[in-house]
Amino acid sequence: MNPTDLANQATATAQRALELAQQARALAETQVVPAIQHGAAAADPFLFLLTIFLLACFVGYYVVWNVTPALHSPLMGVTNAISSVIVVGAILAAGTADNWGARIFGFLAVTLAAVNIFGGFLVTRRMLAMFQSKKKA
Amino acid sequence: MATISTLAYLVAAVLFILALRGLSHPTTSRQGNIYGMVGMAIAIVATLFRPGMDATGILLILAGLAIGGGAGAVVANRIQMTALPQLVAAFHSLVGMAAVFVAAAAFYSPESFGIGTHGDIHTASLVEMSLGLAIGAITFSGSVIAFAKLDGRMSGAPIIFNGQHKLNAGLGVLLLVLVIAFCATGSPLLFWAIALLSFALGFLLIVPIGGADMPVVVSMLNSYSGWAAAGIGFTIGNLLLIVTGALVGASGAILSYIMCKGMNRSIINVLLGGFGTDTSAAGAAGGAAADKGPVKAGSPEDAAFIMKNASKIIVVPGYGMAVAQAQQVLREMGDLLKKEGATVEYAIHPVAGRMPGHMNVLLAEANVPYEDVKELEEINPEFAEADVAFVIGANDVTNPAAKTDKSSAIYGMPILDVEKAKTVFFIKRGMASGYAGVDNELFFRPNTMMLFGDAKKVTQEIVQALQK
Repeated sequence: MNPTDLANQATATAQRALELAQQARALAETQVVPAIQHGAAAADPFLFLLTIFLLACFVGYYVVWNVTPALHSPLMGVTNAISSVIVVGAILAAGTADNWGARIFGFLAVTLAAVNIFGGFLVTRRMLAMFQSKKKA
Repeated sequence: MATISTLAYLVAAVLFILALRGLSHPTTSRQGNIYGMVGMAIAIVATLFRPGMDATGILLILAGLAIGGGAGAVVANRIQMTALPQLVAAFHSLVGMAAVFVAAAAFYSPESFGIGTHGDIHTASLVEMSLGLAIGAITFSGSVIAFAKLDGRMSGAPIIFNGQHKLNAGLGVLLLVLVIAFCATGSPLLFWAIALLSFALGFLLIVPIGGADMPVVVSMLNSYSGWAAAGIGFTIGNLLLIVTGALVGASGAILSYIMCKGMNRSIINVLLGGFGTDTSAAGAAGGAAADKGPVKAGSPEDAAFIMKNASKIIVVPGYGMAVAQAQQVLREMGDLLKKEGATVEYAIHPVAGRMPGHMNVLLAEANVPYEDVKELEEINPEFAEADVAFVIGANDVTNPAAKTDKSSAIYGMPILDVEKAKTVFFIKRGMASGYAGVDNELFFRPNTMMLFGDAKKVTQEIVQALQK
């Protein structure tokens, strides 16, 4: 894959992400906001988070059963990389904490999570590059 | 600002789901991985623009990203594909440790996350924090042990001692007591006591599990790393962490289930550990082997001759192939046989290798087309039509005792029906039984030919004989 193709693909992906964001926003405005106003948020915020957690478990369940067994190793690579999204918490700690102790913890967590993010996505890319169709036409 | 970052997190969550979705087929998988990267980039950038960030903080974050990212990139590009399982185990340990650090940061600077003030954190947040902390710490030390066992820095043999399960249960109860006390008081001493105890527990939980049960352990720790991220997500009230943690947790749990089913064992059975050490069972099987008749040993030239005349060949690779690094020469053999007009396919058992899908990656690396690589359910009906089953570095997964012998340790495990092929070749170093300590009666069948020696060397000799 050459850099131009990669750049084009990234642009296309970003475009799709933008469209998704707009859709999500429209959805949020028409559905979620009224729902929250009607009491979802007024209820325990923990229940709100728990609802999202359980629904995400179901999404994960159905999506992962569709993964072909041949790609179970890359699946572990990707899940490993995305579980490092914990970096979001680490960034907040390193960037906004009011004491150096918490900032150092945040910095260490950012570093560890970054190893995983880069390592996980790159090793997955290496694995997936091997799964090209090699049947001669 | 808060709305924008929340929306960005939502987009990232959707992209992560699409990344997993892409893995349903090799052709869409690379696109999926790019979705994952874009999602992560969006999440990081959105967080950097959150209110309250100062310049020092941003420098600190960029330094962390550069150091960690650089190290991760170097490791990912250098690692050998045979060492993939230990790499993944090492990565899981880092997620676990990162969860511990974020929990600590949240504990010492609750204002940054809006969960209370220093020394007065909301009780609900303390509950969530201790969950994220405990799961993270268990993931860390458990993964370190899994890494050491997979990397050969520590014996793969299960470490068992008297009262092990009682000790673990006792520590588990103690952990629960500490968590309750911590939630009631919010004491920093109890915070670190929970961390230490969880480290010990993760260590003790993985130590008794044998080397060949590692596919289950790696999948399980994969799941834990997800639950740890979700726990931290609850603590700091971040939807992206909760959603991603749930996705990863579910994924690891499904992989653990598939691996357990591939061995016909329950997850509890695997976790209690010590599998394959039951000497009395192995001894009994050894005694019964005496009247099974002679073993037919052949030379690589014999094997080459028979395969040259075969029209359908099924290769059954196992962990032994990976250890001997025989995958390249195995593919050469397959290419030569295809030139002779034979069809060559590869049969992968769900628990072949040391992590889910490991054999598929190794074969793909050796340029075996993925269309030729088949899963158990797909290939089993084809053995009856096959002229040759070529078993390289696998043993227990071909043992018919799993179907017939109720007293066998592997009874009920789904196996590859290699015995239905006209001729079965086994490449083995010697007559030793497999990991489960069970004799394989296939070795004594008239249509089986044993090829004794190192998997790579024997295959090389077959390739030379085929080229003549």
